[in-house]
Order: sequence, then C-alpha cells, then structure tokens
Amino acid sequence: MPGVSMTVNGKPVTGDVEARTLLVQFLRENLRLTGTHVGCDTSQCGACVVHIDGIAAKACTTLALQCEGAMITTIEGLADPDGPLHPMQEAFREHHGLQCGFCTPGMIMAALDIVRRRGNDLDEHTIREQLDGNICRCTGYHNIVKAIAAGAKAMAKGGARQAAE
Amino acid sequence: MSATGIGAAVRRKEDLRFITGKGQYTDDVIRPGETRAVFVRSPHAHAKIKAIDTSAAKSLPGVIAVLTGKELANDKIGTLICGWMIHSKDGSPMKMAPHPALAAEKVCHVGDAVAVVVASTYAQARDAAEKVKVDYEALPAVIDPAKTKSGPQIHEVAPKNTIYEWSLGDAKAVDAAFASAKHVTKLDIINNRLVPNAIEPRAALAEYDAGTGHLTLWNTTQNPHVSRLVIAAFVGMAPEHKLRVIAPDVGGGFGSKIFIYPEEVVCLWAARKVGRPVKWTADRSESFVTDAHGRDHVTHAELALDANGKFLAMRVNTIANLGAYMSTFSSSVPTYLYATLLSGQYDIPQIYCEVDAVYTNTVPVDAYRGAGRPEATFVVERLVEVAAREMAIDPVDLRRRNFIKSFPHQTPVIMAYDAGDYNASLKKALDLADVKGFNKRKREAARRGKLRGLGYSTYIEACGIAPSQAVGSLGCGVGLWESAEVRVNPTGSVEVLTGTHAHGQGHETTFAQLVSDRLGIPFENVSIVHGDTDKVQFGMGTYGSRSGAVGMSAIVKALDKIEAKAKKVAAHMLEAAEGDIVFKDGKFTVVGTDKSAAWGDVALNAYIAHKFAGQELEPGLKETSFYDPTNFTFPAGCHICEVEVDRDTGKTEIVNWTAVDDFGTVVNPMIVEGQVHGGIAQGIGQALLERAVYDQDGQLVTGSLMDYCMPHAHDLPSFKVGLTETKAPSNPLGIKGCGEAGAIASPAAVINAITDAIGMEELAMPATSQVVWAALKRAQPSQAA
Repeated sequence: MPGVSMTVNGKPVTGDVEARTLLVQFLRENLRLTGTHVGCDTSQCGACVVHIDGIAAKACTTLALQCEGAMITTIEGLADPDGPLHPMQEAFREHHGLQCGFCTPGMIMAALDIVRRRGNDLDEHTIREQLDGNICRCTGYHNIVKAIAAGAKAMAKGGARQAAE
Repeated sequence: MSATGIGAAVRRKEDLRFITGKGQYTDDVIRPGETRAVFVRSPHAHAKIKAIDTSAAKSLPGVIAVLTGKELANDKIGTLICGWMIHSKDGSPMKMAPHPALAAEKVCHVGDAVAVVVASTYAQARDAAEKVKVDYEALPAVIDPAKTKSGPQIHEVAPKNTIYEWSLGDAKAVDAAFASAKHVTKLDIINNRLVPNAIEPRAALAEYDAGTGHLTLWNTTQNPHVSRLVIAAFVGMAPEHKLRVIAPDVGGGFGSKIFIYPEEVVCLWAARKVGRPVKWTADRSESFVTDAHGRDHVTHAELALDANGKFLAMRVNTIANLGAYMSTFSSSVPTYLYATLLSGQYDIPQIYCEVDAVYTNTVPVDAYRGAGRPEATFVVERLVEVAAREMAIDPVDLRRRNFIKSFPHQTPVIMAYDAGDYNASLKKALDLADVKGFNKRKREAARRGKLRGLGYSTYIEACGIAPSQAVGSLGCGVGLWESAEVRVNPTGSVEVLTGTHAHGQGHETTFAQLVSDRLGIPFENVSIVHGDTDKVQFGMGTYGSRSGAVGMSAIVKALDKIEAKAKKVAAHMLEAAEGDIVFKDGKFTVVGTDKSAAWGDVALNAYIAHKFAGQELEPGLKETSFYDPTNFTFPAGCHICEVEVDRDTGKTEIVNWTAVDDFGTVVNPMIVEGQVHGGIAQGIGQALLERAVYDQDGQLVTGSLMDYCMPHAHDLPSFKVGLTETKAPSNPLGIKGCGEAGAIASPAAVINAITDAIGMEELAMPATSQVVWAALKRAQPSQAA
C-alpha cells in the first residue's frame, strides 16, 4: 500500500493507505479523528467538510493520496484542547445552531470558509445561499444562519485564529 | 425563575462535545478485533431467490464469512414483528407476513437483504459483496397502493395484498348528517411518500463475549429497551438479560430509528458466528432503500356543513401503503395516530374513517415525524380551507365558528381533549403575521408580477404517548409509561437515569433543568444517563413527543420520593420531627427555627448513616419511578404561511412564516423553538420539495440525495415563533410536547397559501415549480405561458 504524509491539525502524520482510501476514511479510521462525519455518498450533505490548505473541501470526495503534503484542519483542530472555543464554535452553542450534532462539524468548517470568502459581515441571504453544500435535518437552518452571522462578527473582533489560515 | 430552572433558555450541556468533534456516534465506536459487514441487497422489487453462490466471495482476501438467509433460518433466528395489532371491520386480525432479517425464499423490495459479507476491512467486505452471485427469478411487482388488490399477491398470508380494512366512527350517523347538509366539500389527496433522512445513517456494532455468553449491540436507535425486548423475545437472539443495547449519540431519528431493523439482528448473529465484533454502517444509498419511509396515503375526504358553515360531519377514506413488510409500529400510524385526530380543533359531531392498509413491493413505511397526525391535519385543514372558499366565508371566521371552546371535549374519534385555547393561538398568530396588512402586500406583489397567498393551519396533535391501558385496549403490544431513577451521590451531585432517549432534543439539558430547579442544586451537578440497557433498567424510548410529558413526569415522581427520604435523613440530623422539615432552595429547615441542613450534608448523611439506625431508615438516597400518564396531551396551535408565486415559472417563495403553538409548560424556550423550526422545515420539505418516487418496476428513482430533494438553507425562510400556554392537566408539569408540531401543522399551511395565491385547489405535493405552473395553466389557460 502506498504511504501518505500530511499535516493534520498542526501535527505531521503518515500512513499506508489503499489508492481508493478517502480522506475521510483516513481521518476517521487511521487517525481516529471521528469528528468528521459521513452522511451521504454523493457529496451532498457536507457532514465531512474539512479544510485542505485553508480551503473547505468534502473529505468524502477527496482521496487520501491527493492530500500528500497538505495542511488539513478538522473540527478537532479549531480550538486548543485547553484553550477557549473558536468563536464560530461558541456561536453555534450560543445560538442553538445544532441539535443532534451530526452535521455540525461540517457546518462549522463550511461556515469558516464562507467567512474566508465573503467576509465577516454576512447577511441572511448570503449565508443561506452559501450553505448549499451542507444539509441539516434537525434545525430548519434558522439558528444555524443566526450562529454563522454572529460567529463571523465575533471573528472580526479578533483574538481567535482563523481556521482557514 | 432561576437562570437554569424551568422556563430558562439554558445553553445545552451536550453541545460542547458536538462542536468540538467529540461526539460518540455508533460508527465512532471501535472495538478490538472489529470486522466490517456489507449486505448483499436485492436489485429486484419482487423475485424468487433460486440460488446463492458465495464461493467467489469467500475466496477473497480478508473475508471472514459470507452468510445467507438459509443459514439464518437454520440457526432458528426469528423474524421481525409489528407490535400493534389492528383488527379489520370484520373482526379479523391484521395479516402480518414474516419479515426475515435476511430473505431466504424471496425478496419483496429493492434493497431487501439476502446475504451479508463479514471481512476485516470495509473495502474487503464491499469487494466481496459484489462477488456474491444471486440467481433471481423476477416476479411482477405491485407498486401503486391504489392498485394492490388486482396485483400479484406478495405474501401468502395477505390475499389481495390487504393487511387490514379498518374503520372508526359511526357510518350511518355520518351518512345521515351528510344527507341534511347544505354544502359538501370533497377532496382527493395524495399524502406524498417521504424518506426521513436523518443525517447520521443507521449503524450497528455487535460484540459477543464467549466467556459469559453476553451480546452487546451499539445501535442508532431511539428506543434501546424495546429493541432489546424484540430481539430477545421475538427474534430469539439471546435471553433479554444477556443482551445489552447501547444507543450512544444518535444523529437524528424523526421516527426512522424507532424500529427494529434486519441489520442489527444480522450483526448480532454474525458476531456470535465469527467470534469477533461486527460493524455495519449504512451508506446513504442503502438508507434510502432500507430506512422505513413515511406517509404515503391516498385519500378521499368529505366535509358536510350547514348553511352557516357549521361542520356537521366528516367522511374519510384512506389507502395506506405499508410497503413490503410490516415495520415495528406501522399498523398504528394510519389508524390510531391518524383517524383519531380527524376532529382537528373543531366540534364535528360525526366522523367516519375507513383505512385500508396494503402491501406493496416498496420499502416498509412506518412513523415519520408526526406519524399519522400530519396526514390527518392535512386532510382536515385542506377541507376547512376549501370549504371556506367554496362558501365564500373568511377562512379564519369559519375556523372560529367551529372551534371547540369548552373542555374537556369528547370527539367522535376516541380522543378526549382536556385543555386548550384555540382562539388564543389563532389571534396571536394573526397579529404576529400582520394578516391585517396582507391585502396591501398582495397588491404590492401584484405590481411586481407575483401572486401572493395566505394559508392557515390550525392543527392539533395527540402527544405524551401514552396511557398504557388506553393503548393496550387499541392493540398496542407494549405499555407506554416511562421510568426514571434518581441517584443522589454522597457529595450531593445527582444522576438521573431515564428510559427516554435523546437524538437532538437536548434532554441532558432540559432534564437537568428540572432537577436543578426542584433540588436547588447547581445545573452542572446533574447528569442525565440514557441509552444503555445495562444502566437504565427499562424504558420506552423517545417518539411521539413523549419525553417531556411522560419522561420528565417520571423524574418528578422519583424526585418526590427523593425529597421524602431526604427529609427523613434531615430530621435525624436536625433532631426534629420529620413533619417539621421544610425543603426549599436546596436547604432543609426545621419549621419556625433557624436550624437547617444543606442539600450536600443531607446527601452525605444518607450514605454515612451515622445519625440514624438501619432498622429505622435504610441508608442511601436513590429512588425509582414508573410513570403512566392518565391521558394523551393535546398540543395545538396556528401556523400561517405567506407565499409569493411567480406567475411565469410557478416558483413559490415562502416570504413569511408564523407559528404560534400551545405546548403547555415550556422547560427551555430555546430548545422548544428549535424543535418547532426543524419540524416546520420538514413540513415545508413535504409540501414543496420531497417525494419518494418509485417507477412501475419498483426501482426507487429518488434513491440518493442528488435525486431526493432535501430542504436546503436557501429553500427556507426564517420563522416567527410564538407561544400560548394552557397547561396539560394530565401530567404534573403541565407539559404537552413540541417535537412534532411543526411537521404536523406546516404542509397544509403551505398548500393553503399556494392555492390561495393561484386560485386553484387541485395541487399535488410536493408543489414544485412544475406542479404549480401546471396548476396555474389550468386555472388561467390564457395567462400562463
């Protein structure tokens, strides 16, 4: 099996994978980073969104081998275990932007990418359009939209590092 | 109200693990030596299995076992059952066909499992599954629920593919009322078939301990105890005390994870056979063809009115498609969860409903968020709206004329409504939605070429499921009480074990609010334990908006006992009579004195037992309660949908949504609003976007998220949500339940709004642009392009 090396949440990692191994399988099964979820098999639901070199990508549609040398950030890498939460994580909690929690890691990672691309002052219409690649069955999106707007604003106030760096 | 007590919008305890990626869902659990299972599934809707050749699959690397339905039958593993007996009008019992976990003789729907491959890795199992050769003899399939009687018979036990022909109500009295009516409104309705699509796919991980003979199952289930009961007592997998079912974090259910499915049975069986843990996780395509679907009714409904618009009677005839096998609670959904709600919020003297449940070669159909009540509400609220339009009565006025105004109210369809104020929720909704300003908005929209419409849905549901004797008399195979165990630790912290299960509802927070409020202890010092049959003795799980009304009531009863016992301990500590001890704000005080003991001191003393003799008082502080409700609860409210329809394309935009609900006591308004939002989204999905489509051969055409249209963020508006409150008299907290209301109320509100906008009543769900455009064309042939 070919080997692959990448940096995940700031730590260098290596592993032997099959050519067909997906990034999400490598993260979940090899590295035991189970915060990245699989909710579909057609790249619709977005539960698997991570950042590859700072850009949101669906880890279910990316081969592990494609990530050779890449910098990967997953939901587990957004905040230091002993430090404060990332403002976007905090906003999801504050605004009840999650219920069952399964889509949440992907939602938060996608939200950060929306901020990266569209800035910190996001209107409702923009957020709703930009969330096209993420599906939530619990919340009706109402509070996710509120959380992302608030999280984006909180990020502008500074302090927290941006996940998409 | 304290900052964390009942009524406070406390932020959720469970969120920290979910927003940091530390949740533990079934697929996240890893056991030493774990293997992976992949199922071989039928590509045919209906076929005989002539032979299965597993030799090529078995020879592949990593393959540990390839097991078929024949071996399952040889091992005397029993079939799955439906636990609610319905009798037909002629008194005969429902025709329940056996549902083997792996089909051995014939397959009955696309996705029916015929074999399972167990291998060291998922990839190996998947490769091998493709090498299992199944020789099928395809049979003609029955797909359309309205044409099952003349189609080929699927199951030997069910002639004409009929499961039951059931009725409720007095047909003759209804006929007489219709004969005297001034006006009769008639509607043909198809309640579209839906796929629940919880974002976490179903999964099962089974482990066998050969030393003790114990089996453990981690499973995406909403009710681990009923799962254990069925797998032990009916499937015969293992004695109940040697089977542990764990439902860890579960990523949404909406009903679809209530049921006992073939995959968990097969994983348990395979784990014992191969002597290693066996894990299966569905991919989404598998979910589409194996998770129980929802709705799927074909209905003709009629409402009789007098000259003043007073409702005289209702007559409803429904065909309910239950799919290829009877899922766990499927029989109850189109009967006692449907016809019993046909009175809506109205005083209707006579109602008669006939329901024919039928088999088809499609995925089984069972409860999906609302379960029967959305179908009933759609019938009632469409009939009322259309009747108002036909009789040129304002739809709000017609509703008001017929509202039930005094309680208790006995409907002609079993339910006895105990409390409500339908005018109050309607009035508040009219204000919040600014209905007074609607005509101005409509004119303004018209100037932009848009058709603006307003639709109402004044719904009712029966929740708090359910009084055990009542459901027993209606055929339910289990009691629907709930249990709670409150364990006070020597340091005063508290663990509550509940038989309910949370999969998004936030019980770890709301249940802790109740305990914190009652015992006057910090919210942080309370933990809620659920979802493990080795920890919680028994429970009936979470569905039917029952966890607050029934589950929290059980906690209240257990807390009553805790307080009584703690008072005895405090009396010994304070050297006072037990009757003189007052418990308030976490402190035990001797009445009329300043002598007191703090909660933590009493807890410690209960365990060190230095202040009382064991003969007088048992040490420890732990109490259990089994709470059986005395009635259903009846959440009700008013949803108002305002739409704009594009005249040229038929595209519908929801521009305003107002929901005012009466859920009785609200423990955490933030969580309750979230439940309402999610329910409305699923209802709007049904009304505008979602439909499971089978072709005539039984292939699920909408078999992936690329083909089945789930609501996305940009499909939905933000919602205006308000509350009114009449307490539920049947439980100690006055809670009615909130989990399903949104999904129950909303489809009728959407369709009433669109039909108002376009002036055409005949409109199928989902009302896609194409459907609306075609309706516009029928309404105004000269105007639609």
